[in-house]
Amino acid sequence: MSDFLLELRCEEIPARMQLKASDDLARLFAEELGKAGLKPAAIDSFVTPRRLALIARDLPLETAAVSEEFKGPRTSAPAQALEGFLRKTGLTQDQLEDRDGVWFAVVNKPGRATADVLAQAVPAVVRAFPWPKSMRWGTASQTTESLRWVRPLQGIIALLGGEVVDIEIDGIVAGRETVGHRFHSTGPVSIDGADDYVEKLRAAYVIACHQERQAIIAAKADEAAAAHGYSVIEDQGLVAENAGLTEWPVPLLGDFDPAFLEVPPEVIQLTLRINQKYFVLRDADGKLAPAFICTANIEAKDGGAAIVTGNRKVLAARLSDARFFWEQDRKIALADQAKKLERITFHEKLGTVADKVERVAKLARWLVEEDIVKGADADQAEQAARLAKADLVTEMVGEFPELQGVMGGYYARAEGLPDAIADAIRDHYKPVGQGDDVPTAPVTVAVSLADKLDTLVGFFGIEQGPTGSKDPFALRRAALSVLRLLDRNGLRLKLKQAHAFALSDHVYRHVFLNTKALADVDAQTLAKFGLDASKVTDVEWQAANLGRPEIKSFVSAFAASDVPFLDFFADRLKVQQKEAGVRHDLIDAVFALGGEDDLVRLLARVKALQSFVATDDGANLLAGYKRAANILKKEVIDSAIAPAAPSEADEIALAQALDAAEPLAATAVQDERFEDAMAALASLRAPIDAFFETVTVNDSDPAKRSARLALLARVRNAVHTVADFSKITG
Amino acid sequence: MAEGKVLSFQDLILTLHAYWGKQGCVILQPLDMEVGAGTFHPATTLRSLGPNAWNAAYVQPSRRPTDGRYGENPNRLQHYYQYQVIMKPSPANLQDLYLGSLKEIGIDPLVHDIRFVEDDWESPTLGAWGLGWEVWCDGMEVTQFTYFQQMGGFDCKPVAGELTYGLERLAMYIQGVDSVYDLKFNDAGVTYGDVFLENERQMSKWNFEVADTEKLFRWFKDCRAEYDQCIANGVPLAAFEQAIKASHTFNLLQARGVISVQERASYMGQVRDMAKGSCEKWMEVNGWAA
Repeated sequence: MSDFLLELRCEEIPARMQLKASDDLARLFAEELGKAGLKPAAIDSFVTPRRLALIARDLPLETAAVSEEFKGPRTSAPAQALEGFLRKTGLTQDQLEDRDGVWFAVVNKPGRATADVLAQAVPAVVRAFPWPKSMRWGTASQTTESLRWVRPLQGIIALLGGEVVDIEIDGIVAGRETVGHRFHSTGPVSIDGADDYVEKLRAAYVIACHQERQAIIAAKADEAAAAHGYSVIEDQGLVAENAGLTEWPVPLLGDFDPAFLEVPPEVIQLTLRINQKYFVLRDADGKLAPAFICTANIEAKDGGAAIVTGNRKVLAARLSDARFFWEQDRKIALADQAKKLERITFHEKLGTVADKVERVAKLARWLVEEDIVKGADADQAEQAARLAKADLVTEMVGEFPELQGVMGGYYARAEGLPDAIADAIRDHYKPVGQGDDVPTAPVTVAVSLADKLDTLVGFFGIEQGPTGSKDPFALRRAALSVLRLLDRNGLRLKLKQAHAFALSDHVYRHVFLNTKALADVDAQTLAKFGLDASKVTDVEWQAANLGRPEIKSFVSAFAASDVPFLDFFADRLKVQQKEAGVRHDLIDAVFALGGEDDLVRLLARVKALQSFVATDDGANLLAGYKRAANILKKEVIDSAIAPAAPSEADEIALAQALDAAEPLAATAVQDERFEDAMAALASLRAPIDAFFETVTVNDSDPAKRSARLALLARVRNAVHTVADFSKITG
Repeated sequence: MAEGKVLSFQDLILTLHAYWGKQGCVILQPLDMEVGAGTFHPATTLRSLGPNAWNAAYVQPSRRPTDGRYGENPNRLQHYYQYQVIMKPSPANLQDLYLGSLKEIGIDPLVHDIRFVEDDWESPTLGAWGLGWEVWCDGMEVTQFTYFQQMGGFDCKPVAGELTYGLERLAMYIQGVDSVYDLKFNDAGVTYGDVFLENERQMSKWNFEVADTEKLFRWFKDCRAEYDQCIANGVPLAAFEQAIKASHTFNLLQARGVISVQERASYMGQVRDMAKGSCEKWMEVNGWAA
């Protein structure tokens, strides 16, 4: 058994790609070895900015011999079939075995030297390596067929035991030499084998293990902060990024002018983190400290004094810019900034951001006035919506796009706007991702919901819904955010109605803007097309009469978009609920009833159903329902035959049970008492079981048969007041 | 920083010239036209195409009208200098050569923290992209380091390595000054401000306030027409100069704030078409296959 060391040395690999590349290398390498029947006991991975390496433990020096058996054609088959089989197996006819008239071949593959396997496996892995972006370089790049790597590949170490494996990739010949740290080490570093790789590199100021560098950075940053009475604001991503930018990490602390702390902390944090990759510190009171920690890649001769001085200067220049933006932006009222949104296209077919803002303002007001979002002031909701996007044209958001919303919130407060409005501006993009907080402040909820609904209605209206893996407008995320807003706040929003409202405004604006451009229709003619959905047909008529077919087709596409819009929500709901442990077949069962577009009610129904089918009563009712449904599927009720009155005891009992359960279930559903509806259905379980036990449905008397089928249909329909049980699997 | 003698602005340039000249680069003088970056110099744009080896270094005055601040911002200028090195094919030791140049201008890598941080380059205007880094010195970007993969929409065969040093920034760092205008231009008491401050004031005013937009629009159109003529007559070098002029005229129009968002895309598209068209014709007259 021997260990195999592979190092692929290149120019600086982007930090963000290193860990994935390290995993990919181990995985692809294991796959290639697996094809030859080799399986290392373990694979240790290493990655630094300048090298990707692995050690595969305990490889045999030869692969095991394998014997494979192939079944061939019948001995009676035509000659061509036999020839083909011989070609495939590489054998001659006398080596085949005749087993009951069928040719069999046994192919013995002798073991191969592991070094040979590696010599094939490594180039295969290198050539097919899944870098997110790769490039060509140097003289070899005369042709576009030359080797691609993330940055120029400089050297390869391939040592099995202590021996160099014979590998050559595009002129790079594998050996045992590498290099140490770019500045702390000169000349080649010669490696004996897997055992001395890590330590030889360490002696040359390279810590090969990414996780070890991370640990050093975290520990030394903490130490440096503590020495000044500060603590580091934890940021694992930044630790990993710095580990990806250094081979010999040395965290150093520097300070900045406390006067900069007047700028919002989010701005300072971003300046430090994103632009400079510095750690942000907190003082003993938990406030942002006027200091930073940068991670150098050298043990500097002067202890890092020059590095800290340099970094302080760069940071001071950046913070000065930030403070300048903060001062400039506050000189202009958000309402005035918002006017500039006319210059930004939201989408070619959906107008400018200013158009969107108008629509969102109307929709937010509507959500409040319809009492869908409770407890909000309609004027505040409208005003917040009108100002929500204004910060997009501020200098600060131009510099730090990730501060959209946050800066608007600050600027609104600085203008003296009410907290409800400032908070809504700040938080209206939320919830952004899975783990993000869901707003609950009523004004915020109204604006956030309106913003997302407008986006969804708009893009579905212009037939730009997501397809396959493509979702350029992030509509899946928007829909999920809507679902979470509704769910968290228990909002009773009928999606169909919201769609109709948002759509009418989209259409109105589009037609208005287009026809205004024609200059021969005055605004007043169009203004009579109000904003409710029933007027869409009028707009259609208007569009047609204006002789603008593209407007007509725009309007019809919008009008027809309710179905894909609602289907999309159903899908998103299933995905979301699946993750929350809700069975998607149960969601289907409720959706299949049709007409349910109130997601809060739908979920309540699904949850009641899920609890119910988990009970004995539920499971048995489901079984009874399925039996009834199967019979009904096969049998046709002849309406010409008058059903006989119930004759048998269990038939009568079932009819009576239905008489009692049907109204109970219907009323319970009406009142949204879904557990009660389930309980009412549960009362059918015993009578159904008894019915199937003693009553023959397919009675020779057509009148009796007809009556019993009708009874089963009643059972099915009663169950359907709650959910379409036929969609329930298992 | 003060290891040994601190270089003046002009000595910084002379040192880089001497260094890259020794590496086999042709030391060129700047392109005598207004460009936004050293990459626009045909010595980079056009010479990065085709199979021939090409090594050159030059200073390129770069004009970015919208960056003008009337001489009032210590870091932002509408006219500044880039030091540009282009080596084709990219030598295997280009990183080492580059680090050698830093040592030459007085940056000790065991005192200062030099880092190669991912930064991929793309110029839609030139139909070009490449992979590389921004080089950091103590947290400050001092150089853009790029391996060109495509230019004018054509694969680079072979790939060229491009280095772009921000000279003012680098000099400010070396000299330890906070304002560009305080830079020592030479060792005889002349500052950068002595040479360029008034220039920044007047040119900012012209760029933002004075330039006659009607003429600018006309120039743009004229460039476009002249470009078509150049292409038709098989002189891509001349065609490319018209693309450069159009690009700068467009930048001036931007500074004057007379181009709407919608028009902007259209103007940029025209410049891109001219740049790519010039590259295409250049490939064609040289008989190089795409």
